[in-house]
Amino acid sequence: MNNKHRSISYHLSKLSYGAGAGLTMVLVLLLNSFSYAQIIPIVERGDLYALLSKSDDTLRVINFWATWCGPCVAEMPYFERLERNKGSEKLQVILVSLDFPSQLQKRVVPFVKKRNLQSKVLLLDGGDPNEWIDEVEPRWTGSIPATLFLYRGKRIFYEGQITEQELRSYVAQLKNMP
Amino acid sequence: MRKLLLGLLAVLLSTAAGAQYKTGDVARDFKLKNIDGKMVSMSKFKEAKGFIVIFTCNHCPWSQAYEQRIIDLDKKFKEKGFPVIAINPNDPDLQPEDSFDEMKKRAKKYGYTFPYLVDETQDVARDYGATRTPHVYVLNKEEGKMVVRYIGAIDDNTEFPDKVSKRYVEDAVNDLLEGLYVRNGNTKAVGCTIKWKKS
Repeated sequence: MNNKHRSISYHLSKLSYGAGAGLTMVLVLLLNSFSYAQIIPIVERGDLYALLSKSDDTLRVINFWATWCGPCVAEMPYFERLERNKGSEKLQVILVSLDFPSQLQKRVVPFVKKRNLQSKVLLLDGGDPNEWIDEVEPRWTGSIPATLFLYRGKRIFYEGQITEQELRSYVAQLKNMP
Repeated sequence: MRKLLLGLLAVLLSTAAGAQYKTGDVARDFKLKNIDGKMVSMSKFKEAKGFIVIFTCNHCPWSQAYEQRIIDLDKKFKEKGFPVIAINPNDPDLQPEDSFDEMKKRAKKYGYTFPYLVDETQDVARDYGATRTPHVYVLNKEEGKMVVRYIGAIDDNTEFPDKVSKRYVEDAVNDLLEGLYVRNGNTKAVGCTIKWKKS
């Protein structure tokens, strides 16, 4: 009886220790919320098609990139500014990484964390690009960076490095497209 | 309005860049500097039945992933009459790893068995309509002319050579060697955008 009681109180103290640690963790996370790193899912081509076929009232800017792609990295701040400054606008920037899936932890996660990217990041494990590039956009030759603007079933496609002015003007054009 | 027109123009230009040679077109010859300093033209390969022309470069991870497979393609098809000619179209000012000196170093280090040419003016890449590295053109000699018979990817798995199931370039060359029409003349691949000189 005595032993059992001792054992219970021991567990209780462990529990309260655990709860304390948990609370500390929550506080740390709250304090660090500005450097909170998003979880980056690996998606298959079907998931990408589903995303592209959405025709709700959100304007989506989908940028295909890779960590080691110079022009992609150069234009990324424009996409980030678009996402961060969207306010109440129904707009979503999605950065689809074409890094090799095996490089997710080694390259993509540290890259996204270091830059504290707020845009949604996905890594596409699509299999043979010959089977999905045309499905994404027939005009796409396969080079990156490439960007797709989608809104209510309408689309604009741009292959190559984009300027911030172009990025903003395509968003505006797409919204005003009949 | 002006912005809008400029934007539309950019879209048109960006798509036009990908619409140069199509399969069935006659490819023009070129005269480009090889890593040994000598000029190389297709016309100098008297015995060639065709060529595997590959726009590639040093820095691009997709090019690097395919490097050994490009060497293997050359070893396999050179003696059958379809040698590889590799062309680096990138502006070294924008991508210093793709400079002429770095090309020499990389070719030596990895034992390239084929010419590795520099397209300084980028005119060849522009004429062919190459947009990325690697970007392959299989040419077949027909009545003295080099006809484009395949444009696209090397195979269907960049990262894992042992998981490849579709060998697009090999299949195309084998079709040509058998005197057949290339069954799959166009494929697409992901690649690094060619680093065009700022105009």
